[in-house]
Amino acid sequence: MKFAIIVFPGSNCDHDCYHVVKHVMGQEAEYVWHKDCSLEGFDCVILPGGFSYGDYLRTGSIARFSPIMAEVGRFAAAGGLVLGICNGFQILCEAGLLPGVLMRNRALKFICKNVDVRVESSQSAFTSAYKDNEVLSIPVAHADGNYFASPETIKELEDNGCVLFRYSTAKGDLSPEANPNGSLGNIAGITNATGNVLGLMPHPERASELALGNTDGKGMFESIITSFA
Amino acid sequence: MTITKEMIEEHGLTPEEYKRVVEHLGGREPNYNELGVFSVMWSEHCSYKSSRKHLGKLPTEGPAVMQGPGENAGIIDIGDGMAAVFKMESHNHPSFIEPYEGAATGVGGIMRDVFTMGARPVANLNSLRFGAPGEPRTKYLLDGVVAGIAGYGNCMGVPTVGGEAYFHDSYNGNCLVNAMTVGLVKHERIFKGTASGIGNPVMYVGSRTGRDGIHGATMASDVFDESSEEKRPTVQVGDPFQEKLLLEACLEVFKTPYIVGIQDMGAAGLTSSGVEMASRAGNGIEIDSALVPKREEGMTPYEVLLSESQERMLLVAHKGREEDVAKIFRKWGLEVCVIGKVTDTNMFTVLDNGEVVVNIPVDALTDAAPKYDRPIARPDWQDEAVSLDLDEITIPEDLNDVLLKLLASFNISSRRWIYEQYDHMVRTDTVVLPGSDAAVIRVKGTKKGLAMTVDCNSRYCYLDPFTGGAIAVAEAARNITVSGGRPMALTDCLNFGSPERPGVMWQFEQSLLGMTEACNALGTPVIGGNVSFYNENSETAIYPTPTIGMVGLVDDLEAHTTRQWFRDEGDLIVFMGETLDELGGTEYLKISHGMDRGMPPVLDLEKEKNLQEACRVAITSGIIRSAHDCSEGGIAVTLAESCLAPGAEIGAVVELDEVALRSDAMLFGESQSRIVVSIKEADLDELKKIAAVGNVPLKVIGKVGGKALKINDKIDLSLIQISDAHANTIERFVSK
Repeated sequence: MKFAIIVFPGSNCDHDCYHVVKHVMGQEAEYVWHKDCSLEGFDCVILPGGFSYGDYLRTGSIARFSPIMAEVGRFAAAGGLVLGICNGFQILCEAGLLPGVLMRNRALKFICKNVDVRVESSQSAFTSAYKDNEVLSIPVAHADGNYFASPETIKELEDNGCVLFRYSTAKGDLSPEANPNGSLGNIAGITNATGNVLGLMPHPERASELALGNTDGKGMFESIITSFA
Repeated sequence: MTITKEMIEEHGLTPEEYKRVVEHLGGREPNYNELGVFSVMWSEHCSYKSSRKHLGKLPTEGPAVMQGPGENAGIIDIGDGMAAVFKMESHNHPSFIEPYEGAATGVGGIMRDVFTMGARPVANLNSLRFGAPGEPRTKYLLDGVVAGIAGYGNCMGVPTVGGEAYFHDSYNGNCLVNAMTVGLVKHERIFKGTASGIGNPVMYVGSRTGRDGIHGATMASDVFDESSEEKRPTVQVGDPFQEKLLLEACLEVFKTPYIVGIQDMGAAGLTSSGVEMASRAGNGIEIDSALVPKREEGMTPYEVLLSESQERMLLVAHKGREEDVAKIFRKWGLEVCVIGKVTDTNMFTVLDNGEVVVNIPVDALTDAAPKYDRPIARPDWQDEAVSLDLDEITIPEDLNDVLLKLLASFNISSRRWIYEQYDHMVRTDTVVLPGSDAAVIRVKGTKKGLAMTVDCNSRYCYLDPFTGGAIAVAEAARNITVSGGRPMALTDCLNFGSPERPGVMWQFEQSLLGMTEACNALGTPVIGGNVSFYNENSETAIYPTPTIGMVGLVDDLEAHTTRQWFRDEGDLIVFMGETLDELGGTEYLKISHGMDRGMPPVLDLEKEKNLQEACRVAITSGIIRSAHDCSEGGIAVTLAESCLAPGAEIGAVVELDEVALRSDAMLFGESQSRIVVSIKEADLDELKKIAAVGNVPLKVIGKVGGKALKINDKIDLSLIQISDAHANTIERFVSK
């Protein structure tokens, strides 16, 4: 399976995603420069974390104009798997491939730590390796992860089972204390209506190796690979 | 323009120094541009004029050293064809004036120093000192400095993996922000800041030049007074996104054969980078200030030469390769152009549209810059400060209460509020996260890891700068050792008051002598660093603060990496080392008795060396479950911290031998050369054998287990009490 890892000028988790896909999962991986216009031959596209254009303006608001984003849109419309992590999630929202926005964290500070995240459904190309309601410990690292959308949009997401991950306690309870950034409904990750585009704030690529003491995120890459096989 | 007395004074030059300027120019008066150039190059910050004499005594060589002091950063060989590049630098003055940008640009500057050597920065650390918590500016400075470090490092994608933060009145009028970066490079990709090859083009890359930071180096060479607030415009503004582009572009261009030398434009901007590159190659350099990309119209050559705008590099390319180099920088959207050439004149020559506006011998700005042998005198208050009669110190009745107070104190409590604002996991190499003794990162593609730490106890240095300097080195090495690494080399950031005070120079000299002795004993040479003088306000100088940034090598990451936290019920707790009846300079004395007094703990370097050696052998033989260095707060705090494994807290029952000791010295004394380890019971004989080799005292003091920490009949605290005390002091302070 061949993964494209999009490189915006300020991407900084591109190497990490490449490393996991290539060296941990043993799949093919290639960097794709944001000014390129083709995703031909790729099976899955990852928009990695980072500060695509410095994020002095709203996060992801400039990156969505990068030439590659039109192609990412076509790739997604054709049913291709697209995974946006952190800044990648923000870019997908700005590009309209996912609904809603990611606002400044409730505490107005950058926050980096392991958080507990509940898998809402294992019936997804991104989560088949997990169990329903399984709680994962995965790092977050962002200043703007506070998910917000209109009540109608939230209802639509909930009704269609598009909320794939929520911040929870280690036992799986949804409490305000377990919510690191103030996201509505403790939302940590959502898919589009067709389920082939996922955006999430936690970083599965930082939790995919025993050497780092955490493999809870590896299931996401396993799921993607299984879905393609 | 005729140079007046006032101009000379404004430029921080003494009349004597000005006379020498005229001599260097062959009897000619300098013009205004030249006066500016001399002013920054002869500033304390750039010329090290008061410190050079003393710095020369530090040991700088060792089998692993590939680059010692004198370049943008030092380099050590870590095997497998790889090298670690690192350096620490201060950004104290700018951070005190404008904390966010001051700290941010400090981080940006030190990262450029590392990647200009060809290395990719892989970890940042920092050492921060703020005034007393009750001081009105402390909260503002803490909040701004941490946000600034986070803002820059996070955007760059370089994890901030470790550091220290202290609060003390001596920093009320002058905070310290020392930033360290560690990078990795393959041996064959190492680059240096040299302008060789007569006729080679000199190229400017990165951000445009603006009017920010003009005379920053001169500001950093002066003491603070009431007008310091007016110096805000001399603090630079950082743009981490530009620097990220610059980093990626530079690493890309380093893969080509087009580059001769490269240097970051840091303090004193274009002037110092041009002069230093020429000086290292023994050549001259000629640049035209009109060709420099500018942010604003109407900038004079004077402003262009002295601007400290950030995210800029000066490089020398091979002649004929200008366009190849430019293409790469343009791909990343950066300014790039040829602004001059390498010459054989040995002159630093600046043109403005072809007309000569600066023409100074390179040598006059570097090697022939003034050097001072400043007067040195031990302050007369020193005797009073070190006098301490233990009989007059009443031992508090409730020692549980003392331990809780220490755990909750500003200098010992958890630094979580700080490090959670730093992305400490990006690059997926951080094996030991912040909160343990040293951070450990893996070196992808090898079995190895790098352990790193920053350390200094400035109270010790104030009470006895020799011992304090030696302990800073010893403790840094101990932190590396308990984490599973071999201490390799260090960088220092020497923060002191005004060198014009004989007492400060005494502190400086003594600290360096102490550091030298410890470096020699422990085999850790100094491969680079920075001196920051004039850290004082109108009232007082800071405590002498020679911060040590040390890097060690973990040979087998998977097998040797060790953390400070107890692991399994029933593990034996073993104390290595010896506690003496000493309390001078301790955190306990400050917290419980309100005193900064007495001689700091005795350091016996032979014992220290043997202890660390034994600990490393035990770790590499695989029997150590946890290891934690004893430092501020003594063994009681060490044990309490070892109980607080994140998400896996576990208690301990301990019996300390107290026959000869005061109970407060036993629990909270800060005797040196002590480590607490935990092992499986079956491994005790092996540990004893290892310790016997270097005659390291060793005693089983208890067992891991339960939900409380119990020490003799003195301490009995639940894990909840301990963790509550330790967890939130800083967070509560800033959100108040």
